[in-house]
Amino acid sequence: MDSSAATISPPRMLPRRDKPGRRHLGRALIAVATLGLGCVVVLQILHASGGSILGFATWLPVLYAYIAWCVALGFGQVMTRGEQGRRALFVLPAALFTGAVVIFPTLFGFYIASLDWNLSAAGGPHFIGLGNFIALFHDTDYWNALANMVFYVAAVAVEYAIAFGLALLLTAEIRARKFFRVAFLLPFMLSPVAVSWMIGKSLFEYRFGPVTDLARFLGWQTPAFFAYPWTARMGIEVMDAWVSIPFMMILLLAGLQALPREVHEAAKVDGATPWQSFWHVTFPLMLPVSVTALLIRIIFKLKLADLVINVTSGGPGGATDTVSSYVYRVYSDRSNVGYGTALAMFYLVLIVVLLTLLLRLTNRWLRRLA
Amino acid sequence: MSSTQTRIGTRTRRRPGSAATMRRVRHAGSRVLIYAVLILWSFVCLFPIYWTVTTSFKSAVDVTQAHLIPWLDFPPDWKGWRSLGLSPDTIFQVSDPRAEFLGRFANSVITAAGASLLALLLGSLAAYGLSRFRYRFGPMRNDDILFFFISQLILPPVVLALPFLVLYRELALLDTRIGMVMIYTLTVLPIVIWIMRDQFNAIPLELDEAAMVDGLSPWGIFLRIILPIALPGMVAAFILSLVLCWNEYFFAALLTATNAKTLPVMVASQTGSQGINWWSMAALSTAAIFPLVLVGIFLEKFIVKGLATGAVK
Repeated sequence: MDSSAATISPPRMLPRRDKPGRRHLGRALIAVATLGLGCVVVLQILHASGGSILGFATWLPVLYAYIAWCVALGFGQVMTRGEQGRRALFVLPAALFTGAVVIFPTLFGFYIASLDWNLSAAGGPHFIGLGNFIALFHDTDYWNALANMVFYVAAVAVEYAIAFGLALLLTAEIRARKFFRVAFLLPFMLSPVAVSWMIGKSLFEYRFGPVTDLARFLGWQTPAFFAYPWTARMGIEVMDAWVSIPFMMILLLAGLQALPREVHEAAKVDGATPWQSFWHVTFPLMLPVSVTALLIRIIFKLKLADLVINVTSGGPGGATDTVSSYVYRVYSDRSNVGYGTALAMFYLVLIVVLLTLLLRLTNRWLRRLA
Repeated sequence: MSSTQTRIGTRTRRRPGSAATMRRVRHAGSRVLIYAVLILWSFVCLFPIYWTVTTSFKSAVDVTQAHLIPWLDFPPDWKGWRSLGLSPDTIFQVSDPRAEFLGRFANSVITAAGASLLALLLGSLAAYGLSRFRYRFGPMRNDDILFFFISQLILPPVVLALPFLVLYRELALLDTRIGMVMIYTLTVLPIVIWIMRDQFNAIPLELDEAAMVDGLSPWGIFLRIILPIALPGMVAAFILSLVLCWNEYFFAALLTATNAKTLPVMVASQTGSQGINWWSMAALSTAAIFPLVLVGIFLEKFIVKGLATGAVK
């Protein structure tokens, strides 16, 4: 952590030299804290593996030791590096928190993924290396879920078009703008679980849901939305779009409001039609915001699970399964912790690679346009 | 023929067919279209909410016959709310469902608000640091550190859920509110950092420099000068975190059982057992979405304003 040197950007008023004694004390503090944390961890590992009677019933004290170490590290930074240490204190808490709750569990997840570990089986976990990852390649349900993700992600384009349209409408000169803005935003506030009941199980109800009544009225005799693969997938997508279009809409609305007004007036003076002024002026100017909105939306779409779990549980025949909902079932129905984690980890690697590529491409593309 | 004029809908005395009239007609047509789309989409947004709220006041017959308008179509009934123990006649009696509901509600409030506050604290500090000072951590510079924080957003819950299940069991944090606060904090921290850094970047550096000349320390500058200015952005980040945490289902379903169960889990668990109890489900859903609907109605302007600086970067 010593290398997280905060170099000073604005010039310092008083180059204050901290006393060497203080610096030594700080270093000693960090050393003692690190030693203490190490001792607690080693002791607990020994205890857990049965090598030592001394130890704690749970690993909770290790967490406390980590927190204590973090505090000591903070103090140590200030004592050893003075002003720079005080600056490091801004970023340090978030970094230490992220390290503890993201980095460590993710690494731990890769370890679990290499275990053959079924909670309902008699034997405990045992190491099988890449076995889970090899099994995954023969799991047609998993690949089916991945294929569904392609559909769900592709549907983001339609959501984006609708969101952009709504944002444009809200920036037009309209009355009761406040009302429409709040009304359009409200679906975003609702919990997908409540939505899965409100829409999926109630409005789409086969016998008397208003939407099925409407479908019958329009000529579809058997409007069982979640009985056929494509209608079920569309049904899930419609609900997800309903909840999340407002979020994209707000981002785009914020972008539209920040556009300089002169460009539109200039376009109008030049005699551009509304469509021309949108396509040649507004849309290009909105590209960076659009990319941000689309990226965030895709990232959230890749996490889609709650609607699927609660409305269709992946059915009919896995047609609506997302990776998350499939892994959820692997865990909750079959208690297969090791295999489920392996599926999730493979997915993580896949989307990190794909998103990195996407990010590179859009960056290069935007730079070429600029 | 003055009747053509009125039919086209112009109030001025121009001749029909003149360019100005045509433009006016087209303008009026586009106005009608705009309002038609606006009203249609408002209907799409509001009807499910309306349906849920009215269903909570319906009796069984009225649900199955798809009656829509209270008093006109069906006599409103407290049935759904009675089953939750929240109707006027049961509110002063002891009620198990109400006790359960209030417990879940409290869990949701504590975990969502706790996580949002913690994320706001950690995130604002980090965002301010990254927007004002230059850091180096190994090969990582400011932009890399920022990307490291924001990239956590990619992590799907499903990746962390099982490791956390195992870890929390060892740490005795399974089914505790503290555990849920920690995991929700990590899911919203990237968003808070993303919004707050743009907020701080929008505040001119001269303010910091002036305060430094006055002899304030970096922390003094942050707390006394910058924080009050960035407050609207913080409200936006807080609301956004609150929405995401309040509605989160995946982690809550896996990591809570009895003590720390949140509202979404309770809503979800009602549908599975003994068929669907329409009126009580509707009442429960209404109660679960109610707080955030209020937040949406009253704090909407903060959200757009807070994202306005964030989105344009």
